[in-house]
Amino acid sequence: MTGLTKSYGKVTAVDQLDLHIYPGEIFGLLGPNGAGKTTSILMMLGLTEPTSGTAYVCGHNATRNPIAVKRKVGYLPDNVGFYPDMTALENLSFIARLNGLSESYAQASAKDMLHVVGLEREMHKKTSAFSRGMKQRLGLAEVLIKAPEVAILDEPTLGIDPKGVDEFLELIKQLSREHNLTVLLSSHHLHQVQRVCDRVGIFVGGKLLVEGSLEILAHNLQQQKGISTVITLDHAQGDTKRFAEALKALPGLRDLKVDGFTIELKTDSDTTAMAVRLLVNNGADIVSVSRNDYQLDDIYNTYFENCITTDNAYEKSKGFFKRYQ
Amino acid sequence: MPMKNPRVSSKDTNKRPSFPMQVLVRKEIAAHIRSWRFIILILLIVLTFGASLYVSSIGLKDAVSNMRDPDQSFLYLKLLTTTDNSIPPFHVFLNFLAPLLGIALGFDAVNAEYNNGTLTRLLAQPIYRDNLLFAKFLAPLAVVGTLFVALVMLMIGGGLLGTGVRIEPQELLRIFGFTLISVLYVAFWLSLSILLSIRFRQPATSALTAIGIWLFFTVFFPILVNLAIRPFLPNPNYISEQEYIGYNELILNLLRLSPSQLYTDATTTLLMPSVRSLGPISMEQMVGAIPAPLSFRESFLMVWPQVSGLCAAMMICFAWSYYIFMRREIRS
Repeated sequence: MTGLTKSYGKVTAVDQLDLHIYPGEIFGLLGPNGAGKTTSILMMLGLTEPTSGTAYVCGHNATRNPIAVKRKVGYLPDNVGFYPDMTALENLSFIARLNGLSESYAQASAKDMLHVVGLEREMHKKTSAFSRGMKQRLGLAEVLIKAPEVAILDEPTLGIDPKGVDEFLELIKQLSREHNLTVLLSSHHLHQVQRVCDRVGIFVGGKLLVEGSLEILAHNLQQQKGISTVITLDHAQGDTKRFAEALKALPGLRDLKVDGFTIELKTDSDTTAMAVRLLVNNGADIVSVSRNDYQLDDIYNTYFENCITTDNAYEKSKGFFKRYQ
Repeated sequence: MPMKNPRVSSKDTNKRPSFPMQVLVRKEIAAHIRSWRFIILILLIVLTFGASLYVSSIGLKDAVSNMRDPDQSFLYLKLLTTTDNSIPPFHVFLNFLAPLLGIALGFDAVNAEYNNGTLTRLLAQPIYRDNLLFAKFLAPLAVVGTLFVALVMLMIGGGLLGTGVRIEPQELLRIFGFTLISVLYVAFWLSLSILLSIRFRQPATSALTAIGIWLFFTVFFPILVNLAIRPFLPNPNYISEQEYIGYNELILNLLRLSPSQLYTDATTTLLMPSVRSLGPISMEQMVGAIPAPLSFRESFLMVWPQVSGLCAAMMICFAWSYYIFMRREIRS
């Protein structure tokens, strides 16, 4: 994807998005509501025309040749719906037939898929009776039935209970590994993304702020903010101020706080071990050492803090009212 | 969770490919036939058909033996048009019911898919957008066409069994012409309601608008034309016959802007072979004319403008809906 831009009137929903997703990986598109995730996905599928820029999916231009793209990409929309008066099997084999499978084949593979996603007992139930989680599973089956090279899942875990989410994500991971499926997963639940994604991109206000694997992102953040280490000393230490002098010798020290029996350090690189050694050499009795590892939470918060979502939210609510005209 | 290889079963996707269009139309037809809405409509149509046929079969003997009527030899056409005025004949009924049929089958064609969240899913499949629109249009037409043909065949069959009178080839042509025009009329209302279903997000809004348009054309339009013309109409006693005919022609032409007027003109002419003009005829024109039925070809030529008008109206609606649907944002 290069320079993908979509504007609705004055508002730019997606601004100059450049993104490359490698085959076989699970990529997590993270962002708050209204960040432009769904819009980007629709542009990738050729369902929305980009204002400028082009998206290439499996070597096909998504705007010029959407049929070729749709043949290779399975898409699970964020609020997936099915024909309520058809059974799960009928819904699924209808989609299979739209993808060019013959009637008997569509039936057979629809049955297979329902086994894969664990809906084999609900096969002949009408989908109007389905719960949200069951619908998501059926949606996943529908994505898989076309044997896609790329699966795009828009908020796939929304509205499923925690256990269901676990199973669902495990299923996605497993399928991706087994069939070398490229998965693009959009979500605002960082913990879920953290569990399955190889790489993530953080998407705020129509802009992709960072992308990379979680380790790299965490590392970058550490570079930026420094590593903080908290060391607690034994109470029988007496005056702890004397250790401060010794710790000042640490390389790349940014901040040092000594408060009673706890010492807080902030350094450029990981110097926890060195600090402990220094303290022990100075005769300190250390009770506990904890090093702050940056989790996705921190990454997420850091990037979301410095973004403006207000006018985006306004635009969304306007769209909401427009719909009821 | 049992795991199977999802790719195994879909390896030969290209062996015997099924065309997406065909699959879509089949699904639409199945959905219509299974729906309560359609069953109720069928019951309504069959009931009115049965009732008007019953009334006409009672008065049939008088109608056929009426020597002054030039159409008396067309038994099967009489079966469709004779009435004792207690209920209108079938083609007049259909003038009211066909719009209802078209509207009921099309008012939620696109917006229901939209609201169910199935539209995004459907369009993410490798099909062209217009395939969906064509399927939404063709499937109800196929169903309605089958229904009408079946009814008409039943009528002919019943007539053959009951009276034993041979059916003229001309009668058969006229009856099928009538069926065709009725389907065309339904097609116009269907394309109008599909247009509204794309335009409005709520099925209720689009249904109400469609019914509003239907009421306007059947009830208010003739009144409106009358009201609009009357202030300009001089006293008929003070104008020449020529002018009088001119005004009459004007009113008729204005009325023909309404599709139901077009349908009435077309079906009346086709079902009553003795109808030789749809406007007023002067005495000079009538002099020397033998009251004899027209041939099918002549009747058909006479309604050709009406038929093409209906066709054009339908196509405008369809092209418009095509235009707005292709450009529509697909997100729910």
